[in-house]
Amino acid sequence: MSRDRTPLALGGIFVAIAAAGPFLPPWLLFILTLAIARGLVALGLMLLLRAGLVSFGQALYYCIGAYTAGALGIRLGVSDVLLQALAGAGVAALTAWILGFLLARYRGIFFGLLSLALSMILYGVIVKNEALGSTDGLNVLPSTLFGMKPHEGWLRYSVLVAASGAALIAALLVHRYLATPLGRLAPAIKDNEIRVEYMGASARQAIHVKYVIAATLAGMGGALAATTVGHIDPDMAYWTTSGEFIFVTILAGTGSVIAPFLGALIFGAIHTVAYDLSPNTWQMSLGGALLALILFLPDGVWSLFARRKAA
Amino acid sequence: MAAILDAQGLHKSFGAVTAADGISAAIERDSVVGLIGTNGAGKTTFINMITGYLKPDRGRIHYEGRDITELAPRDITRLGICRSFQIPQLYASLTAFENMMVGVGVVLRNAGLGGFLSRGRPLVPGHNLPAEEAAERILERFGLAEYRDKNAQVLPGGVRKLLDIALTMVAKPRILLLDEPTSGVSAEEKFAIMEMIMKAVRAEGATVLFVEHDMEVVSRFAERVLAFYDGRIIADGPPGAVLNDAEVRRFVVGGELHRIDEAQGRARA
Repeated sequence: MSRDRTPLALGGIFVAIAAAGPFLPPWLLFILTLAIARGLVALGLMLLLRAGLVSFGQALYYCIGAYTAGALGIRLGVSDVLLQALAGAGVAALTAWILGFLLARYRGIFFGLLSLALSMILYGVIVKNEALGSTDGLNVLPSTLFGMKPHEGWLRYSVLVAASGAALIAALLVHRYLATPLGRLAPAIKDNEIRVEYMGASARQAIHVKYVIAATLAGMGGALAATTVGHIDPDMAYWTTSGEFIFVTILAGTGSVIAPFLGALIFGAIHTVAYDLSPNTWQMSLGGALLALILFLPDGVWSLFARRKAA
Repeated sequence: MAAILDAQGLHKSFGAVTAADGISAAIERDSVVGLIGTNGAGKTTFINMITGYLKPDRGRIHYEGRDITELAPRDITRLGICRSFQIPQLYASLTAFENMMVGVGVVLRNAGLGGFLSRGRPLVPGHNLPAEEAAERILERFGLAEYRDKNAQVLPGGVRKLLDIALTMVAKPRILLLDEPTSGVSAEEKFAIMEMIMKAVRAEGATVLFVEHDMEVVSRFAERVLAFYDGRIIADGPPGAVLNDAEVRRFVVGGELHRIDEAQGRARA
């Protein structure tokens, strides 16, 4: 039996980020933190994708997480990064648990479009709601960590380390979950749901659990993104945001819990470079990258590592 | 012998088509029962009703005295009634071993073992082995060890059939329903495959119901035969008696008459 190296690799990446952070320019710290936030959302999408489900509305929970973090700061004065991330994850999980009773009944395009519809309802609610900042959105309080306010020059680094720590724990938990019987059921559900039922398992219950986990991760990602950017707006629930998460997930592949973070980092890099080179047509570059990916790496970037391992 | 399964007055219609028209049968514990009949006679409908895929319009099904008529397939499986399929229902993108591991995982989960917080390698109930060893053992028992790491979708037809049946054995069924276990298998392989299946299944002490069109297979392996015609059971008894029944010979086995006679002749010799 081959040894599981993923926990070690995750720990190594966390240490590398924490060690290199103080020497990195602020713009790179920003990109890295945002990549971790997006990677968390993609990690959840990966769980669903392994079961054959594509959510076109994961921005719903990303936005819920972000607005929970924002509201905590504005209404209650809570600006701790980790508390905000936990609250964002918790509210998203609760919402997903309720909506999951409906969504877990659907498969394929119906699941995708229903999730999209729900995210667009939230978008509409925020746009029409002055208390939530309407289309302008809201500013988020500057972050603190364990009750301390980091020095201006160390703020981005502190948020990055906190986000990396949260992502490390989340990825380890998901990795552990994937090794459980319930986690292993995902490809079986994708392949043959009838057989899953005839083996004595409930595919609907398994999907409900995956949906809640995915939402929890998206909520945490949204809260971390809110803290990183310092501003929240309804576009966080818009369908194009959900599309970006799907892009990251497909770019990454579903082979490992590390993949979504790698995918999010590559997405961030393509986005930044493309926007820098051509601010008005950067979407074209993203589209080209996705096209090339589907043609040359249909199983995602992680398949490169998997191939190397297999060789 | 006590009945482990008792179906009484099962009716099922699909629009104007009556698929089951008052099917009643009590299945004795540890017996091997062959279900015969032409296509559309009601055999698979009977199996589908027992396993919860179809709900009868009328009639009740009792398993060990418990009414299971309205239960979902997964709940019926958990009670110990498992089935294989005419067209193997496998997890196509997974290897044979991974297919087994999914099944073993479900058994562990249903027993409250192997969860997120569990430590070590719990033993699979009924197998008393850790998950990987239990999966390997069943593969070996069905002669599938050499296909362990092959994807289910590239396996030959007969092997897919065996893997489909091996998957049902993970849950240690008390009643096993096999829907045409030798269909799609070459004539030369049929008996060898049935021998292997029956040996593996009987070693576990399961009651077996199998749907079969090959009367040689039926007369060789069944202890009792239920002959279906037009949604009804028209004959019920030992293979020799049922296969020689005039109604059965007329409506069910017509074209196979000479093969039955040959098989019975061989059996007598």
